[in-house]
Amino acid sequence: MWQIFVRWFHKCSSPKWFYQMSKPWSFWLGWAAFVLIGVALVWGLAFSPVERVQGNSYRIIFIHVPSAFLSEAIYMTIAIAGAVGLIWRIKLAFYVAKACIPIGMTMAFLALATGAIWGKPTWGDWWVWDMRITSMLILFLLYLGLWALHNAMERPESGDRAAAILALVGVVNIPIIKYSVNLVTTLHQPATLKFTEKAPMHISMLVPLLLSILGFYLAFLAWMFIRARLEILKRERKALWAQKEIEQLGGL
Amino acid sequence: MAFESFSAFLKMGEHGLYVWLAYGLATIVVLFNILGPRYLAKQLVKDHQRKLRREQA
Amino acid sequence: MIAILRTTLTREMTLAFRRRADLLNPLFFFVVVVSLFPIGVTLDLAKLALMAPGILWVSALLASLLSLDLMFRNDFDDGTLEQMLLAAVPPQLLVLCKIISHWLVTGLPLTVLSPVLSVMLALPAKAVPVLMLSLLLGTLSLSLIGSVGAALTVGLRKGGLLLTILIMPILVPVLIFGTSTVQAMATDQPWQGYLALLGAFTAGAFALTPWLTVAALNVTVGD
Repeated sequence: MWQIFVRWFHKCSSPKWFYQMSKPWSFWLGWAAFVLIGVALVWGLAFSPVERVQGNSYRIIFIHVPSAFLSEAIYMTIAIAGAVGLIWRIKLAFYVAKACIPIGMTMAFLALATGAIWGKPTWGDWWVWDMRITSMLILFLLYLGLWALHNAMERPESGDRAAAILALVGVVNIPIIKYSVNLVTTLHQPATLKFTEKAPMHISMLVPLLLSILGFYLAFLAWMFIRARLEILKRERKALWAQKEIEQLGGL
Repeated sequence: MAFESFSAFLKMGEHGLYVWLAYGLATIVVLFNILGPRYLAKQLVKDHQRKLRREQA
Repeated sequence: MIAILRTTLTREMTLAFRRRADLLNPLFFFVVVVSLFPIGVTLDLAKLALMAPGILWVSALLASLLSLDLMFRNDFDDGTLEQMLLAAVPPQLLVLCKIISHWLVTGLPLTVLSPVLSVMLALPAKAVPVLMLSLLLGTLSLSLIGSVGAALTVGLRKGGLLLTILIMPILVPVLIFGTSTVQAMATDQPWQGYLALLGAFTAGAFALTPWLTVAALNVTVGD
């Protein structure tokens, strides 16, 4: 019984298996994400009613919330993948972590930028040193640090391990973001979407928001698979199957 | 439809600049994440061909 | 084990005192930076008093960061670091000794100097003991967390700059807790909570960072 599990574990951690397995997934997830995000944004921009207090600027929420959620979720993914890579020495985990970094960085940037743009008509200022905004800025800086560390090391394997260690050190920031809004309520409103309670948002705004969140999550998975595949090809270049795949890519 | 006309849709009740700026940034980010890997793939193929040529020479 | 700690700590301190110029640099930096703020921002004592906790804390952190790179550099350059990792003694202990000696030589003097500088910034006298307590814990946190960054970057060419960028995001909670403690004390509000949080953070760092630093050293030495 245990042998079956061990064999499955080894198969799943093989870069070649991941490469083949993820191709159809990234294709379908990508198109599903496109449809979901398209529907969500068209609905949210054109069909959701005007909000009583904020007017039309609230429509930025359909971009702001998904990107904020994603930037945190992606960071946790990087930290967990890094830990898996360090503890069990699975190269694939490192490839996945490295693939997530640019996506997470752009999501954190988008969350900060759309937050600032939304903040101007709502609170009057482009930037406020609110706890949640500050924590999100720190998260963005952590992503920058991860990327810089990868590029600074001589060997890519060292970059993997160094970035994994840095990601683990920075994990302390995630609970701070999550609970900072509860601890210190300054300007940014507390969490509206909770798993346990009914959301106080109107259904015509809630549904496009949920669709958008789901769409962005699927997009992240699709993008991550694509980048991870490229990283696999780059690192496994010496293997014959990888060379064949690169030649196929070149032929496209 | 929450808006009476297309121009009202673009203006977004005087918040047009903010909403469209935000959505524009989102589009750029999404495009970056879609086109970035394509560029990386081309680089990978070029590097590979260069290395093959060097090894065969 | 106590004997090992004692010998290692003594050795680290002896080595540190041989580079006297490096010891004084952070202190000079601290004094200069704190002096620049009144000159550059405002000479109004009331406004300075408001900003004093933050200025003192940021300057102390930056001054500590200056000397962080030295924690492992000399040993990395002459190969002692690899020997340290291969020794029979758990490397976490040796790393902890390095961290403590860095703190004794950098953080502690900064903390001792801070009351003098707090006068320059018109910090209310009642807040000074709390300031010192918070800086004591904060500089210890910095030495602990900074050791991970120092371990990651000691082998790199532009290591020093990257170190600052890497460590800054994780030091922000320390900074926030530390300055909140002093500000609360200065404005007669409950400060014990913030100090407790700072203490908890430092304790957590004390428990976890030696392991992370050793892992980082293994990566650097193997690079």
